[in-house]
Amino acid sequence: MSSVAPRLRLAGIRKAYPAVVANDGIDLRVRPGEIHAVLGENGAGKSTLMKIIYGVVKPDAGEIFWNGERVEIASPAHARRLGIGMVFQHFSLFETLTVTENIALAVEDSKDLAALAQRIEQVSEHYGLPLDPRRLVHSLSVGERQRVEIVRCLLQQPKLLIMDEPTSVLTPQAVDRLFDTLRLLAGEGCSILYISHKLDEIQRLCHGATVLRGGKVTGECDPRQETPSSMARMMIGRDLPVCAHAPAPAGGDERLVIAGLSHESDDPFGTDLQDIHLTVRSGEIVGIAGVSGNGQQELLAALSGETRIAEPFPIRIMGAQAGRLSPGRRRRMGLCFVPEERLGRGAVPGLSLEENALLTAHRRGMVRAGLVLRGAVRAFAQACIARFDVRTGGPESAARSLSGGNLQKFIVGREIMQEPRVLVVAQPTWGVDVGAAAFIRQSIIDLRNAGAAVLVVSEELDELFEICDRIAVIAEGRLSPAVPTRDTTVEEIGRWMSGLWDERAAARATGEVAHAVQA
Amino acid sequence: MPFRLEARPAPSRRMRWLSPLIAAALTLVAGFALFLALGQNPVVAFHAFFVAPLSTANGLSEWVLKASPLMLIATGLAVGFRAGVWNIGAEGQLALGAVAATGVALAFDAADTAWLLPAMVVAGALGGMAWAAIPALLRTRFNANEILTSLMLTYVAGLLVSYLVHGPWRDPEGFNFPQTKMFEPAALFPMLVEGLRLNASVFLALAGVFLGWLLMDRSFVGYQMRVAGLAPAAARYAGFSAGRTVWIGMLAGGLAAGVAGVGEVAGPLGQLQPNVSPGYGFAAIIVAFVGRLAPLGILAASLLMSLLYLGGESAQIVLGLPSAITGLFQGMLLFFLLGADVFINYRLRRVRPALGAA
Repeated sequence: MSSVAPRLRLAGIRKAYPAVVANDGIDLRVRPGEIHAVLGENGAGKSTLMKIIYGVVKPDAGEIFWNGERVEIASPAHARRLGIGMVFQHFSLFETLTVTENIALAVEDSKDLAALAQRIEQVSEHYGLPLDPRRLVHSLSVGERQRVEIVRCLLQQPKLLIMDEPTSVLTPQAVDRLFDTLRLLAGEGCSILYISHKLDEIQRLCHGATVLRGGKVTGECDPRQETPSSMARMMIGRDLPVCAHAPAPAGGDERLVIAGLSHESDDPFGTDLQDIHLTVRSGEIVGIAGVSGNGQQELLAALSGETRIAEPFPIRIMGAQAGRLSPGRRRRMGLCFVPEERLGRGAVPGLSLEENALLTAHRRGMVRAGLVLRGAVRAFAQACIARFDVRTGGPESAARSLSGGNLQKFIVGREIMQEPRVLVVAQPTWGVDVGAAAFIRQSIIDLRNAGAAVLVVSEELDELFEICDRIAVIAEGRLSPAVPTRDTTVEEIGRWMSGLWDERAAARATGEVAHAVQA
Repeated sequence: MPFRLEARPAPSRRMRWLSPLIAAALTLVAGFALFLALGQNPVVAFHAFFVAPLSTANGLSEWVLKASPLMLIATGLAVGFRAGVWNIGAEGQLALGAVAATGVALAFDAADTAWLLPAMVVAGALGGMAWAAIPALLRTRFNANEILTSLMLTYVAGLLVSYLVHGPWRDPEGFNFPQTKMFEPAALFPMLVEGLRLNASVFLALAGVFLGWLLMDRSFVGYQMRVAGLAPAAARYAGFSAGRTVWIGMLAGGLAAGVAGVGEVAGPLGQLQPNVSPGYGFAAIIVAFVGRLAPLGILAASLLMSLLYLGGESAQIVLGLPSAITGLFQGMLLFFLLGADVFINYRLRRVRPALGAA
């Protein structure tokens, strides 16, 4: 096989942006039929490199060889003609069109929709990607939408398929099915570039890996010969930190109670919440798992007060009915909240970190007689930057100038430093590098140990299993019972993520809680 | 195209302050070309426009007199503009402030007391705020666009003034001119210099600018409103009330415009006339933006805009140019400012060949 020219070879690729060198002398080699991982933390330069290969971004220097011939990829259309397909992390589908119509928009010479629908059915059947071409996209689950994107690429019979973090939106079972498809594709000679920071997946799937750190290649390896920790060392330059986690003390007071919360979403493509019950006590972390788009956003907005529900009783904070209270009133009761979107919601992009500290921490002695005490604001911002190791030019830096991970550290830090009685966190470590993620998790655990009640909503099952005392699953707007983490498995939670949980588990869970209350 | 616009990594602070200067310079250049095209000697024209008005004590007095309502209204509008509350109806709120103050002045015609003028200021402020409250209510209750409602109410206000001066408030001894009787001295702002029209209302304007600075740059309410303007979702997340933002934003503009209206009727006019304002309410929008929605900038911009008014009048007299020349210069200034503002967030870069020799 080594005698064959590589399907794709990159030599000395460099791309510099005004503030950062995203790629610096990258060499990469993918053989025909190889599943090749590009491994690296957020900000390591993976996305830029893929955009260069797909013709979205032009490199400043370096050469690209396609099947041994030097090429300059001018545009994504050019890349597609060469036989390069890409499945993006964020889908670009029109929700009000059918699967066939969406695909017709991207595929050249597809005037005959009936014939196209037939081809879609053939391809999806062949690769084990069941898909009904007549359905409207808004009615599809996230996993099905990803299938639309993949089938759209496969119709062009690509020789190289780029998959950007494809499993972040999938249940564990759906990940297995996707891997079967990718192996089948590779077996037919299609090369696959698989971008991820999930080490176990790469180990299971990939034949080769190129590791990036800070825009440079720091290593190449055969993942099958490596352990996750040895690859992590290549990726972050040191060992993976581990969180310390003692069992939760039983019988803390009920701090956040959701009692039969139902809410119809205002968004026609949103998810309605149906009869949600959950209790979070002092001194415990409860996790909510689930594939995104199953009601997490709606639930979080109802808890924070950004959406006001019809009745006061379904949400109780510190024992008081809070369903009709404004976000400000809830914060005064001791609720802090880290939202999913950092720029524009958790922080104001154009304002400095100081001014963003004022956004929610103003109750900590930053305002007197209606005027802002700038010294107090600055002191808080500086303390937050120091304690949470926010990499920034200083408290005057605009929030938008920070990388996503650093801004996340700042926002999480800002909320934790307010010593909340109840903390609700969405995707606490999304986009944060591995070392900082461990620090954020440890901070959440420390907050719990100090007696706070913490609710974590995350799509990362590993993370939930690492920090949570109990885990529930949200699916199609319904919430499963919360079961103790030690009594469940990733497989069971994965099954629940498709909306199927058996009532015996429910009985078991509620029994446990009742028992814990008595103890 | 060898050049292209490229997003800056961060907005340029330097361009933020340079942009108004560039706009002013480009306005002068365009004005130069304009005068040439009109067959005027540009040097004479510029002298008539920008130098002659300021070369006499009376000219300086008029300069500050015209700048003070502009700075006051622009500061009030900036409070709302920063929060994304687009009050375009300051002209009408000014008229209502003038109407309310006139009502007090006429009702207490014989009262030669010290409280009459303060009462008129308070009435004017309330009148302006009442007119601004209508769009605020429509916006918060029915989500009606305040740009349209506040603008349309300006025309309603104009008709109201017209009705009053043609009807119930017309001066019986005024030879049928549509205007009220002249106010008594107790209902007028005291003059600062004998023989000049400059009066004490300028201190009200300066106080307004200072209060605006305190509110916008130092207070927590001002911070909340800025967040609401920059990132509404973040304001919602932090629990800042969107309705309160609209109310404060609209009422601040209404209050400032109303007080400015008092400054007109109790100042240079001395009575209520159909054209109580020469477009201050609209010109103040330009002043607010040229001044970067910041009180100090607004102070400077109001002086510039006032000079354009005086220059326009002077150009009419000296050069025989039409009165539209004032609006033309104001428009060019705003036009060039908006153009130059692009370079706050973008920069012009030469496009190099895609693949350099590595």
